[in-house]
Amino acid sequence: MARLSPPAVLFALIGAAGLALPLVQFKANRIVPGEGVGLSALPFGLAVAAGLAAVLIAGCAAAWPAVLRLAAAIAGLVAVVLSLGAAASHLTPEGNTLARVAPAAGFWLLALGFGLMAADAVNRLRPSLALRWLLLAGAVALAAGILASGALDGVSVMREYATRRDLFMREAQAHLALAFGSLGLALLAGIPLGIAIFQGRRWRGTVLGVLNILQTIPSLALFGIMIPILGWVAAAVPGAAGAGVSGIGTFPALVALFLYALLPVVSNTLAGLSGVPAATREAAVGLGMTRTQVLAQVLVPLALPVLLAAVRIVLVQNIGLAVIAGLIGGGGFGTFVFQGLNQTAMDLVLLGALPTIALALVAGIALDLAVQGARRGAA
Amino acid sequence: MIGRILLALAGLVLLAFLIAPAPFAPLFQPFTRNGAPAIYAQTSLLSLTLSHLAIVAAAVAASTVIGLTLAILVTRRAGREFLPLARTVTAVGQTFPPVAVLALAVPVLGFGTGPTLVALFLYGLLPVFENALAGLTGQPPAVTEAARGMGLTPRQRLWQIDLPLALPLLLAGMRLTAVISLGTATIGSTIAARTLGEVIIAGLLSSNTAFVLQGGLVVGILAVLIHHGFQALESRARRRMGLE
Repeated sequence: MARLSPPAVLFALIGAAGLALPLVQFKANRIVPGEGVGLSALPFGLAVAAGLAAVLIAGCAAAWPAVLRLAAAIAGLVAVVLSLGAAASHLTPEGNTLARVAPAAGFWLLALGFGLMAADAVNRLRPSLALRWLLLAGAVALAAGILASGALDGVSVMREYATRRDLFMREAQAHLALAFGSLGLALLAGIPLGIAIFQGRRWRGTVLGVLNILQTIPSLALFGIMIPILGWVAAAVPGAAGAGVSGIGTFPALVALFLYALLPVVSNTLAGLSGVPAATREAAVGLGMTRTQVLAQVLVPLALPVLLAAVRIVLVQNIGLAVIAGLIGGGGFGTFVFQGLNQTAMDLVLLGALPTIALALVAGIALDLAVQGARRGAA
Repeated sequence: MIGRILLALAGLVLLAFLIAPAPFAPLFQPFTRNGAPAIYAQTSLLSLTLSHLAIVAAAVAASTVIGLTLAILVTRRAGREFLPLARTVTAVGQTFPPVAVLALAVPVLGFGTGPTLVALFLYGLLPVFENALAGLTGQPPAVTEAARGMGLTPRQRLWQIDLPLALPLLLAGMRLTAVISLGTATIGSTIAARTLGEVIIAGLLSSNTAFVLQGGLVVGILAVLIHHGFQALESRARRRMGLE
């Protein structure tokens, strides 16, 4: 008997559970509870299910090379997603705009099974840095291609999207502006602050202590507290309102995210600079460099990987936290999440949550790769 | 030492505030407008705090048991093949925003404390698992050699060597989980879980900054206390292992 790969057996079990459970949920409108519909109840469904099962079972053999495993996993994932789209257009009666077909447990488990299979295959492949960038770009392009092709247009989330396309684009822009804007501000303020406490040892404990305490304030409260504080600043400080300071809208959320971002930036700047060996610094001074030159030409380039690691932490964290801005009227994908929760319209929640997760995921992986690249450059 | 005294003082003030919030009203009065109440009175702050802490404690306990078990499994011979995959899954899982996880738990579990607990548990698994893994795999080779030389069985090695050595890192993972859960649990109130988030959200809805402030302060002080409590446990565990 052929040797089995234990992880692949696990993926097959997850996939089998996915095949047994309903693929989608059909609802007469978006509020009422729905009924589950399995893959096998669809035209061609049995053939697709048999194909998926065959791939899952065959994948259990340990002899499969990693490339083949990856190709099979991606093919499986695409097949599952396309069946979701096909199920939606098949189940929705012609011209009915009220009926909703939402992904159900079967879809999520199948996607999880094939997704894990793909992750496992990528691990086994031990790809080079360049290949991993390529794989990431390929995955993003594939996802964008499927979304743009219209194959999923019948699925509930995409129908929620279709009715508020302009709003979605606006909130997406607001979300990105919040995440990247707060990151930019934190870098502008945090790097100099990090350099300052690297050179002036006396303030180190105080600055890090204050930033640490800021981090413990629950995000919901920090966002809320910013509203009256900034409202007061805008009213009391001449010129502040003209400079864009405001107690309503996006600004309080931006400031709250900026405050959360400061600790990683400052402490990683400090750690990066402290990590440069004393011998390197002395050699630079010995070459006749001034203090500024040492900082700009020796210390900062060597500290870059640690700084990039801070950018990763901040970006992933703030993409997630920006959701809370939706609760205080600051815009972003959180608007859909909390609107959906209020109306118990889960498709709307997904419309906010899925892009946020995708964004955080891509940003996290891309910056991980960038950090590894910078490490190799610094070494 | 001064830090310890400040912490103890903060803890005492917090306790006094939770038991009898009324005398603190003048402190919060300046943050209200139009004669709104300064202290949240719809539900007792003490019961909300206890419920908040109970949710976090249950989530952290569950994450620790399951996370540690998984970490032990993937570091045994039978589970080795899962190790790289488990690493990838934890790295990817940690990029998932907690709020999104919370929102996605609702369709499966409905509103209330249940989904909050599950979301906190799932999110808390990752730091515990990651740290337990680091603790179980990061031992000096000399220790492993010595254990083998003494003729310890794998089970004896796990209980007498691996787990005690991994304890400080495991506690650090639990600390991360607890502090993250404490903050994230406040968002649970948007899906009707009984936590201190209720106070903050009431403040947001009625533009009463005093409520936002007191909810945030209670959670913040609790987070600092729990953070330092775990740190003390960690350094005690490290000293006992002779690592410090």
